[in-house]
Amino acid sequence: MQLVLEKRAERSNTIALVSPLIAIGLTIVTMTILFAIIGKNPLLALHAYFIAPLTDGYSLQEIAVKATPLVMIAIGLSLCYLANAWNIGAEGQFLIGAVAGSWIAVKTQGTDAGVWVLPAMLVLAAAAGALYALIPAICKVKFGASEILTSLMLVYVADLLLDYLVRGPWRDPNGFNFPTTAEFDPVATVPLLIEGGRLHLGSIIALLVVASAAILLGRTIKGFEIRVVGAAPRAARFGGFNANQLIILTFAVSGALAGLAGIIEVAGPVGHLQPGISPGYGFTAIIVAFLGRLNPIGILIAGLFLALTFIGGEQAQIAMKIPLDVTKVFQGILLFYVLACDSLILYRFKLVFPNRQVARGAG
Amino acid sequence: MELVEAIILSVLAASTPLLIAATGELVTERSGVLNLGVEGMMIVGAACGFGGAWLTGSILIGALFGIVAGTLMSLVFALMALGLAVNQVATGLALTILGIGLSGLIGAGFVGERITPAAHLHIPGLTDVPLIGRVLFGEDAFVYFSIALIIGVWWFLYRTRAGLILRACGDNHISAHALGYPVLRIRTLAVMFGGACAGLAGAYLPLAYTPFFIPGMTAGRGWIALALVVFASWRPGRLVVGAYLFGAVTILQLHAQGWGVGIPSQFMSALPYLATVIVLVLLSRARTGGSTAPAALGTVFVPDR
Repeated sequence: MQLVLEKRAERSNTIALVSPLIAIGLTIVTMTILFAIIGKNPLLALHAYFIAPLTDGYSLQEIAVKATPLVMIAIGLSLCYLANAWNIGAEGQFLIGAVAGSWIAVKTQGTDAGVWVLPAMLVLAAAAGALYALIPAICKVKFGASEILTSLMLVYVADLLLDYLVRGPWRDPNGFNFPTTAEFDPVATVPLLIEGGRLHLGSIIALLVVASAAILLGRTIKGFEIRVVGAAPRAARFGGFNANQLIILTFAVSGALAGLAGIIEVAGPVGHLQPGISPGYGFTAIIVAFLGRLNPIGILIAGLFLALTFIGGEQAQIAMKIPLDVTKVFQGILLFYVLACDSLILYRFKLVFPNRQVARGAG
Repeated sequence: MELVEAIILSVLAASTPLLIAATGELVTERSGVLNLGVEGMMIVGAACGFGGAWLTGSILIGALFGIVAGTLMSLVFALMALGLAVNQVATGLALTILGIGLSGLIGAGFVGERITPAAHLHIPGLTDVPLIGRVLFGEDAFVYFSIALIIGVWWFLYRTRAGLILRACGDNHISAHALGYPVLRIRTLAVMFGGACAGLAGAYLPLAYTPFFIPGMTAGRGWIALALVVFASWRPGRLVVGAYLFGAVTILQLHAQGWGVGIPSQFMSALPYLATVIVLVLLSRARTGGSTAPAALGTVFVPDR
């Protein structure tokens, strides 16, 4: 007796809808076992992870704050992945955006620069992120170099550049030698939505990005081209769609969104530029994109869920001394289950009894 | 002369993990599977390898722990990418994300601990020959093993029937399947070999390169190993050249930092990554005539029956 995959006649829409839920369920079961292995009460741990953050206003705001960069980056990545272009260097584009935007904030510090500072920072950050993402895209289109590897290598380069700037030329002279810039001026800071709260304007921008992506993919020719090039490259060629142009476009858009997310994070919740501004947003956003089925609304929900795990992970660490790495394990396992469940949209399992078959294929 | 010898020794040490990991990935990719999880398998190999050596006091057992850990990680990949026909790029990324988390969890218990690093060969007389003595006869066992490994892989791929079948799976899985070869089983074995090598390469870092474990100590070496396979056009001979060239770049920037060249250390540290990008561009450009990659690389195969 043998379990084999068999291609479905057509994709199963039921499974397409429930597969993220099955994946989350399976992940929670796996995490329960993992908590038991590391000697923590699984029920208490799950409560700390998934329930406790939902019970107070501060944590709820914090979830929205964490979801903001995740959703913005993941929307950009989903465009790339739909077009079958593999940008995995969003973390680097995020950091470059943060650096480029911070440049204006640092240079105007202490001057009486007006309200134009923040808009200029946002525009420059998006432009820098897009340009940084264009490096792997152009290397791919012009020279055929794997965009996966080049975009990832540039993450390390961006990380080192940020490190150099905050330890060298941009270091706060009154910062007790800590590697950080001075706190940004109020005109260089993303305004809060609630006085004294955590929620900031960035979350509104993220929602606008989600809406724009939904319109782009659902209502425009460009969006249709992106989906066709990814799903049926041959058909796209016959249709006269230019795949290379779409690689450039989707990389530029996703770089711009990652860069924008970077400066919003720095000028918002963080308030200054320093190393470690990202707990791997650029990589977690890959999970968000897939968990959200590369669909804008799905990504919004998935982004909030992954943000919940970040906040839950922090609370579990404080309350139960559960190491923060558990959150990364959780996210990795979740991505595995999401991908595995997605496979069932196109395939189904079938039991095969080799002795009853005339010809037996490869196992 | 002392300095030249020291530089060659450190280049060999820096190149060895790249060579071992890239050798494994080369075999995996030759079978038609693109496993982007090398970084994840390496870092878990590093954590488990150090754990094994620290608990037992034996470098050999540490290395075996690394190999087993890398193989187990690769089995997860095989189950997903081969068993469930999931997109290989996405699965590889998931493996890396999972590996980084797992290694932090496993390694948390022994951050800050130290072990006695792997012993270096010493043959009285030979090892003391100036300049070449220590380079040829004074390395640790991993260095010799990595060279034996790549020679073994070359012999396997080009001189054995099994190697020919493996390459056939990588170039045209439909034909290989039609000829009656168990494509998925062969690919699973190739993925496991890749995982074992990545685990060993990761274990090399805390067992021989630095005698302690720090989270994230692979620092992108797994990704550089992946780039090396492309650099080598999927050929073992060129892989050796590539690995030592990259090791040399890494060491060069370290020495340049030491000599106090007026360039900020961060720019020097970025060199290996920038070099990878430049090399990928130059090589891909030189190859526009025809691809040397295994034809079925990264494509999903579900046998029809």
